[in-house]
Amino acid sequence: MVADAVPSAQQDAPNALTGPITLATLSQAQGQLAGFSRGKALDLSGVTHLDTAGAWAVASFLAAERSKGRDVDVTGATPAQTLLLQTVADALPAPRKRRRRLPHHQAGDGLAKMGQAISAFMVGIGQTVGFLGLVVLRLAQGLRHPSRLRVTALAHHMQEAGLNAVPIVALMGFLIGVVLAFQGASQLQQFGAEIYVVDLIAISMLRELGILLTAIIVAGRSASAFTAAIGSMKMREEIDAMRVLGLDPVELLVLPRVLALVILLPVLGFVANMSGLVGGGVMVWIDLGISPGMFTTQLLANTTVTQAIIGLVKAPVFAVIIAVVGCYQGMQVAGNTESLGSRTSRSVVVAIFLVIVVDAAFSIFFAVWGI
Amino acid sequence: MAEKADKAVISVRKLTNRFGKSVIHEGLDLDVIRGEVLGVVGASGSGKSVLLRSIVGLQRPSAGTITVLGTKVLTDPPTDQPERNDDPDAVQNRWGVMFQDGALFSSLTVRENIEAPMREKLAIDAATRAALADLRIAMVGLPEKAGDLYPSELSGGMRKRAGLARALALDPQILFLDEPTAGLDPISATEFDDLIVALQKALGLTVFLVTHDLDTLHATCDRIAVLAKKKVLVTGTMTEMLDVDDPWVHAYFHGPRAHAAQPMPKPDQGTA
Repeated sequence: MVADAVPSAQQDAPNALTGPITLATLSQAQGQLAGFSRGKALDLSGVTHLDTAGAWAVASFLAAERSKGRDVDVTGATPAQTLLLQTVADALPAPRKRRRRLPHHQAGDGLAKMGQAISAFMVGIGQTVGFLGLVVLRLAQGLRHPSRLRVTALAHHMQEAGLNAVPIVALMGFLIGVVLAFQGASQLQQFGAEIYVVDLIAISMLRELGILLTAIIVAGRSASAFTAAIGSMKMREEIDAMRVLGLDPVELLVLPRVLALVILLPVLGFVANMSGLVGGGVMVWIDLGISPGMFTTQLLANTTVTQAIIGLVKAPVFAVIIAVVGCYQGMQVAGNTESLGSRTSRSVVVAIFLVIVVDAAFSIFFAVWGI
Repeated sequence: MAEKADKAVISVRKLTNRFGKSVIHEGLDLDVIRGEVLGVVGASGSGKSVLLRSIVGLQRPSAGTITVLGTKVLTDPPTDQPERNDDPDAVQNRWGVMFQDGALFSSLTVRENIEAPMREKLAIDAATRAALADLRIAMVGLPEKAGDLYPSELSGGMRKRAGLARALALDPQILFLDEPTAGLDPISATEFDDLIVALQKALGLTVFLVTHDLDTLHATCDRIAVLAKKKVLVTGTMTEMLDVDDPWVHAYFHGPRAHAAQPMPKPDQGTA
């Protein structure tokens, strides 16, 4: 098999490599080496350029021959090439043993993975609750010594997470109002009950959708921002620097973010509610010809303030969930960039998931109490 | 000088770098000669790293020409030409850069990091690629099992070695090293100096080395270029540096640390 690869003209010539033996010409060189007749010296005088890869090919050829009990002399190498060959030969790692590859998939792998994911998720939630306890403790300490609350940081986060979210939240509320009006109108028209579109919009927007969708937008916006900010501080050892300086990262970084959201999520929810009513009002005016005056009368007649309060009372709870999850995931970032990315996406997913679960719990609670 | 210019693999002419109002380099000239180890020193903020980044095309200078291996890197910016990426003669395939902390790709193992340039640029089979990567790992003095580790699992010294191995993956002619021994303990730093010298001799590399480490300068450099006053103030061998009159250069090479770094202290100077 070896002899077949050799062109017949080279059969009698000494084993000589010629031309550049480099990374680019590696496969030709290996072909040549494989075809060399045994036991002869290797002539390198025709080699114009030798690099590490070429030297590796030659050195592994020599090593392979030696392991078969044949020592091959190298002739015609320049001093530089000899030095390179020597360096490479010294460094030449033993051929790697083929590790037996584990089968990629085994029966039950998917089930095991699912179990691991679920248990990791539950552990994560458990630890988040523990972290919440720490935040509450720090908050209590902060309330006993109000001078320790960071007002500047609080104002900064209120602007970042609250004020700057107003346009997107208002737009979202307006559009949801439009959609509710449109869908409600096309259904209720069949019964001639168009006027109740107003109640549909008001109750669903004020009780549920306004605050829920605001919380989801803020979770996507701020939970990810909190995780990324705290996570990159963690990566650059800023958190460790705080700890050795005797500063508490929860007090400095987490508390202002939590308080900022607790204060401003209800406000954002209110903005969403109002723009939702405006959006619905505009849509029923265009679609059903219900004038703004009629809309207001119907709204005031059938919808009490209780509905709006029921909605907004959930806001601080959602705010705590979003901020605590975002900050907790940020604190969990490890030293590499990949964990920053995965923690950021996880913080959004967990925050939205918990917001929806808690919203469902609120609904049941209110239903049982008959509010 | 003309003879020097012929052998120059890197020649920088009238380089000017400006960031807004602050001028980093103004009319900077520098030649790096084939096969030498050139150490670039200068105060912090004197633009050593900016010079390195300009030469490898990461920083577009405000004015001047830079020629590397016959290619004008400014008019022919290497990083902007994906179609020349696979050409082994393209200048970016004939240099290797080791960044200060290795700059290893964090999602790849050390072996995959070293294979990455070969995988992207050359058509070689996976087994050969892995063998060549293992060879590089051994040549830079990393233990064999380091190949399977991720960058975050390595110590600082190992990261630097792995960064060097990746810089050598395409068998470059020119090696750029940014602070190769910064942050290493003295023993590792000495080992790293020896490694650079050994590799440079064996592979016939031209090395462009940015450093603050006087021991590295003593141990590795054929020539030293001092960056000050926005240009290359002076170039020459270590012995020539000791006779330079400029106050900064004098302070640099005659300070207490400089004496400690002398390999053979003169008897009248003492070592204290």
